[in-house]
Amino acid sequence: MATSLNGSACATIVARAQALFDDLSFGAARQWKAAGENRKVIGYMPIYVPREIIHAAGFLPLGIVGGGDQLEVIHGDAYYQSYICRIPRSTIELGVSGRLDFVDGMLFPSICDVIRNLSGMWKMMFPNVYVRYFDVPQNYRDDIGGNYYISELAELRHDLEKLRGRPISDDELRRSIGVYNDNRRLIRDLYALRARSPWQAPAAEVYLVLRAGLVLPVEEHSQMIRDYLAATAEHERPRRDNCRVVVTGVFCEQPPLSLIKSLELAGCYVVDDDLLLITRWLTSDVPAEGDPLRNLALAFLHQSESTAAKYEPNLKEKGQHLVRAVRRSGAEGVIFACPSFCDPALLERPMLQHVLKDAEIPYIAFKYAENSGQMQPIREQAGTFSDSIKLWSGR
Amino acid sequence: MTTITTPKPAPAKEVEKDASMVKQKEMMAAHYDRLTAAPQTGEKVASTFVPGNLNELIMCFDLVNNLPEVNAIQSGLRRQSGAYVLEAEKIGHSEDVCTYVKSDIGMMAKGNLAPNGKRFPDPDVLLLSYTGCFTFMKWFELLREQYKCETIMLHTPYMGDGKITKNMIEYMVKQLKEEVIPKLERISGVKFDIDRLREYLKKSVTAEDDLVRVLQSAKAQPSPIDAYFGGIYYIGPIFGAFRGTDDAIEYYKFLRAEVEQRLAEGKGPVTPDGDMGKEKYRLVVEGPPNYTNFRQFWKMFYDEGAVVVASSYTKVGGVYDLGFRHDPSKPLETLAEYCLGVYTNRNLPMRIDMLANYVKDYEADGLLINSIKSCNSFSAGQLLIMREVEKRTGKPAAFVESDLVDPRYFSAANIKNRLESYFQMIEQKRAGARAAA
Repeated sequence: MATSLNGSACATIVARAQALFDDLSFGAARQWKAAGENRKVIGYMPIYVPREIIHAAGFLPLGIVGGGDQLEVIHGDAYYQSYICRIPRSTIELGVSGRLDFVDGMLFPSICDVIRNLSGMWKMMFPNVYVRYFDVPQNYRDDIGGNYYISELAELRHDLEKLRGRPISDDELRRSIGVYNDNRRLIRDLYALRARSPWQAPAAEVYLVLRAGLVLPVEEHSQMIRDYLAATAEHERPRRDNCRVVVTGVFCEQPPLSLIKSLELAGCYVVDDDLLLITRWLTSDVPAEGDPLRNLALAFLHQSESTAAKYEPNLKEKGQHLVRAVRRSGAEGVIFACPSFCDPALLERPMLQHVLKDAEIPYIAFKYAENSGQMQPIREQAGTFSDSIKLWSGR
Repeated sequence: MTTITTPKPAPAKEVEKDASMVKQKEMMAAHYDRLTAAPQTGEKVASTFVPGNLNELIMCFDLVNNLPEVNAIQSGLRRQSGAYVLEAEKIGHSEDVCTYVKSDIGMMAKGNLAPNGKRFPDPDVLLLSYTGCFTFMKWFELLREQYKCETIMLHTPYMGDGKITKNMIEYMVKQLKEEVIPKLERISGVKFDIDRLREYLKKSVTAEDDLVRVLQSAKAQPSPIDAYFGGIYYIGPIFGAFRGTDDAIEYYKFLRAEVEQRLAEGKGPVTPDGDMGKEKYRLVVEGPPNYTNFRQFWKMFYDEGAVVVASSYTKVGGVYDLGFRHDPSKPLETLAEYCLGVYTNRNLPMRIDMLANYVKDYEADGLLINSIKSCNSFSAGQLLIMREVEKRTGKPAAFVESDLVDPRYFSAANIKNRLESYFQMIEQKRAGARAAA
């Protein structure tokens, strides 16, 4: 971490977030479930599912983003060839090792063919668990993609009602939308703070705080973010002579925490990224009045982030979200960090690089796996990138 | 001094071509001539994908259908794709991604030449039939970047729950009515005539019926066809630019007659080396073939008397042997159903059901999976598929790995070794069963 935080409020929050991150048995979620009657936990994979509907059912949405570098994959490798990314094999490892034995349902969003096929595998491997492949529209007209998506949301609602044993009311949905609006606002504030003063909110800490939101009830997570925002203001941390970068490609299989730390140690402040996109997928408040499913659907169509798994119908607009992220965060360059064998990230990368070239934004690229252990090459590459920006950008 | 001499290879056998083979060769040649002449003739070109290939609809607008996957296959068969893939990697495409895409991109960078030696035309429209494969979206975004032409998205929802829902059909029909058709009208300058579509669909049904008869002839012993290597040729017209045409009807009529003749005569399949000898092993194969070493791969089978009696890849552009036919009475709904039902849009449990049923219905000795390194749509989950089909059928399965069109990932010795072990395993199981009886 950037500085000694012994005894500070920041340290306490980050330590809690780290403990949640390290806990591959999801103790916090288990405790939540055990603390009440008829509580259920619904797991979801990247990139996006409407957690509001899960929350409205009184259930806990649990983000599953693989097992990371602390999980030895023994059984999971028997399900995948060497040329498939690691997240599905570590997710299967979590499943077959019993770490997800308390999870009542799993949602597999449409992101790529690997996660898509995993939904079918999960149905067969865990037949007593509710499994749904969650498709999203690639047509953004309200009356076409919107109507399709509203029906998909209605089906999800119906399925969760069956699990719950009673209906989910529109009022409950509206309240959940309000709660998640709060959470997303706080996350936007957190990202804005980091972009303004990255030394005050190091990327690894922000990541841990963000990641805690995948396992905690959303209300508790929102409080954690408020506490962290207040705590970072308590004392000034030393500034490094780092350049400022946007990291992209990290929207599914997560980089090891050591990779995120290595970037900042090597001289690159991460001022924006696409890590854990579900936490801020919807870019502004979803209306909390009116038809909640329609509001969630329209928010997806018109107020959501851009990413490789989402079709961009306008050629001129393709990749501009990345240019805007650079300008908005005051970044000086982009790091493409893509998981090995990741179709969405790797197929997208050349197009984004062309857009950055046209916008005269420098970039570098490397691949990783969630269990990459050797950070030296990454530090060298990021360090050289940082030096080149400082030397030749005219700053 | 010892002199080592290498025996000269035997001259290739002269194999008489069947009428259907001659017909198909003519059709493909004429099609590529038509495509490459488009800039001169003024015909407009639509590029689309094999899964979700709405050829009948494309023809309604007098558009010439260009299929980049088929072009990549042609490059693979002609051993040009290796250089194309390298070229694409040189200009920034990852070694990890689909080699169909890289072959296409590399081919464009190296002159964009069709099999007839002439230049492919720039497409007038990219019909992004987003069906059964995520990579398709990125492929056409890359082509759109290159050609700066209009791209029409047709999103086919995935059959995650193993069924087609009313919501899926409505979504697709609405996209067809309000996005796809109006845009094709505008780009082509041709008004959409739904009766014209119906006529094409009627013709499709005739060809589909004959194709299914051909595929199901493999239930006979010996099988008169190879439903994987031979099957690649059989599916060409119906998955390509010919479904809905009189050419396709004629081709499948010839093919069906030839196959029925072989059936009547108790003959095995035609191979590049002539008729296959005694049928010793009957296999179901899952996964696309390798194209760069296609004949070499095929030879490993027929040299051992192994015939493929059913395959999943011959369903990638449409599943017809489970009852689906295009229905002219509901033209847009039937196009939606066709797209939804292609093999790679079916969930894993459906794929396992299909393969296990093939093993039983075609009395196969087992399942062979050819896992393709760069195709996640097929490959992710194949190890589970293998174990599950073994469990359900009691028949052994084997697993080999190669790639579509990148020759670096075809290791002949490795594959041959595994196949030979597999055939030995089948023999041992047979011996065991005989002893038990």
